[in-house]
Amino acid sequence: MRRAEIITAFLLALFSAYLMWKSGEGPEWDTEYVHWANTGINIDGSGPGKGFWPFYLALGMFISCIWIIINAFRRLSPPSQSEEPFMDGYAKKMLLFVGGGLIGFLILIDLISMYAAIAVFMFYYMMFLGRHPLKLSIVTSLVVPFWLYLFFDIVMTKVQPKGLRWIEDAIYNPAGAFFRDQSLLTIVLCFAVTGAVLAITARASRH
Amino acid sequence: MNLVKKLVLGATALGMVATATAAVAFEPSKPVDFVIMAGKGGGADKMARLMQSIVEKEGLADKPLVPTNKSGGSGAEALTYMKGVNDPDHTIMVTLNSFFTTPLRQPGLKVDSMAFAPVGRMAEDTFLLWVHKDEGISTFQEFLAEAGKRGNKWVMGGTGKNSEDNIVTDHLNKAFGLDIKYIPYKGGGAVAKDLAGKQIQSSVNNPSEALGFYESGDVIPLVAFTNERLPLFPEVPTLNEIGIGEPFAYFMQRAVVGAPGMSDEAQAYYTELFTKVYASDDWQKYKKSKSLMGDFISGSDLEDYWATQIERHEKILKASGAIK
Amino acid sequence: MDIFAQFFDVLPALQQGIWVAVQPHNLALAVIGVIVGLFVGALPGLGSVNGVAILLPFTFVINEATPDPASPMIFLAAIYYGAMYGGAISSITLGIPGASTAVATTFDGRPMALQGNADRALVTAAIASFVGGTIATLFFTVFAPALSSVALDFGNPEIFALMLLAFATFIGLGGDDIPKTMFSIFFGLLLATVGFDTISGEPRLIFFNEREQTAVLEALGSTDAASSVPIFNSVGWFSRGIQFLVLAIGVYGIGEMLWTINESRYKVTMTETKISASRIMRGIVGMKDAWKGTAIGSLLGFFVGILPAAGATPGSLMSYGVSKMTSRDPKSYGQGNPDGVAAPEAANNSASTGAMLPMMTLGIPGSPTTAVLLAGMVIWGLEPGPRLFEDRPEFVWPLIGSFYISNIVAVLVNLAFIPLFLAVLRMPFTILAPVIFVLSIIGTYAAYDNMYDVWLMVLFGLGAYMLRILDYPLAPAVLAVVLGGTAEQKLRQSLLLSDGDFAIFYSPFFDRDGKGQEWWIAPITTWIAVILIALPIVVWGIRKMRGQTAADV
Repeated sequence: MRRAEIITAFLLALFSAYLMWKSGEGPEWDTEYVHWANTGINIDGSGPGKGFWPFYLALGMFISCIWIIINAFRRLSPPSQSEEPFMDGYAKKMLLFVGGGLIGFLILIDLISMYAAIAVFMFYYMMFLGRHPLKLSIVTSLVVPFWLYLFFDIVMTKVQPKGLRWIEDAIYNPAGAFFRDQSLLTIVLCFAVTGAVLAITARASRH
Repeated sequence: MNLVKKLVLGATALGMVATATAAVAFEPSKPVDFVIMAGKGGGADKMARLMQSIVEKEGLADKPLVPTNKSGGSGAEALTYMKGVNDPDHTIMVTLNSFFTTPLRQPGLKVDSMAFAPVGRMAEDTFLLWVHKDEGISTFQEFLAEAGKRGNKWVMGGTGKNSEDNIVTDHLNKAFGLDIKYIPYKGGGAVAKDLAGKQIQSSVNNPSEALGFYESGDVIPLVAFTNERLPLFPEVPTLNEIGIGEPFAYFMQRAVVGAPGMSDEAQAYYTELFTKVYASDDWQKYKKSKSLMGDFISGSDLEDYWATQIERHEKILKASGAIK
Repeated sequence: MDIFAQFFDVLPALQQGIWVAVQPHNLALAVIGVIVGLFVGALPGLGSVNGVAILLPFTFVINEATPDPASPMIFLAAIYYGAMYGGAISSITLGIPGASTAVATTFDGRPMALQGNADRALVTAAIASFVGGTIATLFFTVFAPALSSVALDFGNPEIFALMLLAFATFIGLGGDDIPKTMFSIFFGLLLATVGFDTISGEPRLIFFNEREQTAVLEALGSTDAASSVPIFNSVGWFSRGIQFLVLAIGVYGIGEMLWTINESRYKVTMTETKISASRIMRGIVGMKDAWKGTAIGSLLGFFVGILPAAGATPGSLMSYGVSKMTSRDPKSYGQGNPDGVAAPEAANNSASTGAMLPMMTLGIPGSPTTAVLLAGMVIWGLEPGPRLFEDRPEFVWPLIGSFYISNIVAVLVNLAFIPLFLAVLRMPFTILAPVIFVLSIIGTYAAYDNMYDVWLMVLFGLGAYMLRILDYPLAPAVLAVVLGGTAEQKLRQSLLLSDGDFAIFYSPFFDRDGKGQEWWIAPITTWIAVILIALPIVVWGIRKMRGQTAADV
């Protein structure tokens, strides 16, 4: 853990130094600009430049990192006293499966739409990481995105990504036209009916 | 509003709808992104939200307009957002004069004002010079004397750097040898509030922004930067009429534009929509009560108007040294 | 007494107003509004602004159908209140703050839920919200016109001093590791500067922009670097800035969840969270342990809320900080202290009511939600501004009356729905965890309509997980992102006014307008903040001199 503490603080210090340099940067199109010119406190009588505040914040970050490193060498902070590894085998595996699942989820959103990606992710998580019964996994991973679809896309008109064009045309446009015409009561009924299906499946899978 | 007028307006609207359905193939298939290139509470913001409310109230569109404020960098944030938007047919924006000035000042944004789709100009807003009543100033001449005496301790608040307010302030400084300090704010509402609180000494707010504090007696207008006196402030002279310095009049466009790359069908749809908004009672009432000027123009007329405005702003900005 | 005289002056008008607000149709609107608000507020990514904006068209129907001009506003105000109550629900049950105002609620609300006291945390939040909202409404009733002038006294230096005061209360939030807390604050503030600079209008901190991409390609030996950029859309990723929810949902929805999964190996099931009427009653009785947090939150929240630039977030944060500082047992904060739930919840409701004040009396919205309310008022033919109270009493008083009624309705509805919210917690963790991940992603997209922000959110979450293992406190960063934009803007406007002289903040004799006036508010606020920041260091120094080690503190 101590080694991880020092390496992380060192990387963050490097990052802070980059931020300090970056704060002094001028507009990309201004070729006459001199680096650091906009970090001053009163430039041409018109107050601090745009780099003033970020520069001193980045400097603050840099100093904090140096302080953290000193504390770690003197073994003053709890992580630098700990003998446990930064990440044990379980943590590494968990990060790979869950973190990897999340990245896969994000990639799928652009391809097969938000709601389909949710269905795939829910099924993956419940079936392979949660080891729930197949039936429950399938029903949950269909009902949850359906609920979210009704709530976000239909009721709140917060439209989510629809994936490739043909998916949008083939599925979402007709579905949207159908559900938007329904009364609020019908939508609530849809929630209730699918909720009941989910509850029954959950109860059945417990035995 | 009498019944006859309502019927006539209704009939015109119906006629428009009839022609619209015949000619316009485009209908939005999802909520329309309605970008406001200014902060909350300013003139542009209030106006945009009013337009949205009128669309909702009169049921003019099937899909709602969803307003979002993108106030960063005198409109630079909104302009780059519009340029990069992936669905131009569902993205429209309410613009100010920063629509001309920001691309001129920042060539690196690679934004071309003329590439936007001209949907419709809803009005031209006016500028007045406001001071707090406790300054004990009641004429423009007294203002010149007092501001000259205090040098850079006289502070003008305005919306954004190198924006409309800044252009008017620069003009005052240059034409009358003043050294007024200009402080940029995020929106006109905050400027009006700080003037009423005597945090700043003057502002060049639009009437819609300062009206509340004018009616409560906190702030007073000294001069109007228009060609003729405004009906709402008949006792306030125009700068031209005072006759010191060169003639100077300055207006702010209040126009709706479509994202670059918008299809002609979509542009026609939005022009129809905002023609109806313009004709509505609420808009006409608002226009009158906020001392807005200018008629509805669209299409190539609006593009011509833009071209002359860009030329004029280029001159102004060059004269003040903001661009080379 | 002047105050009492004032109160009795407005009493008949208020009575009339409450009478209008309890008319069956208005009462029904309040109930519907609160329920809608509660659910919208409870979902991460959606807040009161979505609820209010989406239901705005519906109010035109209400306007035509009812005789009272205040009915549409009563409906929207009820949604606003409902959402404020609802914000606490996701903070407590899911551990994700749905809005910036509810960040401080997670500090103690989440530990309480993990200890099986979720019901108590929810009840405490509901009642504290009720008390905060009601006290604020009382202030609103009596002082509304007088207080609008207080807001006018807060110019740029004053608001910056107030921000400084808010940051001073951060110091107590981060735990024992001072450099890590400092890093977290600076990092959050810096994230808030990414994107377009409000004052100069230029982009800044656009990471890995075309210039850097060219440099990297050339370093890698590409002969034709200029023509192959951009390989990465840096403008798309960073020009809109780093939004609050991107960091907040990343840290709490992804980072904290990963950490919990790793610590518990999916063994956390909060099945012991039972619910019964008697447990809720016990929760209500237990409020006597949280009266102090409630009181602090109600008062502080209101006064911070009425300042247009500040709003409910610094109010709730400062209340938490002050409540912790004045506590006899500050160590119990963050471990599930009911006071730590009550203080921010009382404050954010109180501040939301307070935020109505500048909106109605100055015409300046303090938050996105009040901006929508303002737009609604304009279209109903009202003119918010200094003359609203005098010109339109038939609108103002029923609205104020409805604040009282909405609060009562909201607390009752909220208590009635607690069993439903607790049912969420009884799900197995292997179902709850993916649901939280899904809500985080869909919520971020719903808030900003952009996939870049969703990617950034997940990346922040993975980074936050690593930093969490190493004990970096991230709550200060999340809050700093919210306040950073205002703080920088006010700092720069003030320094522009003073020609770069910091005396404008600490000296009452700094001449701002050439008239030799004295300005006391900013210096007093600044000095309080400086003392608050210095105090822990002094105490630490004294302890050190007495020879105590850090472990004994």
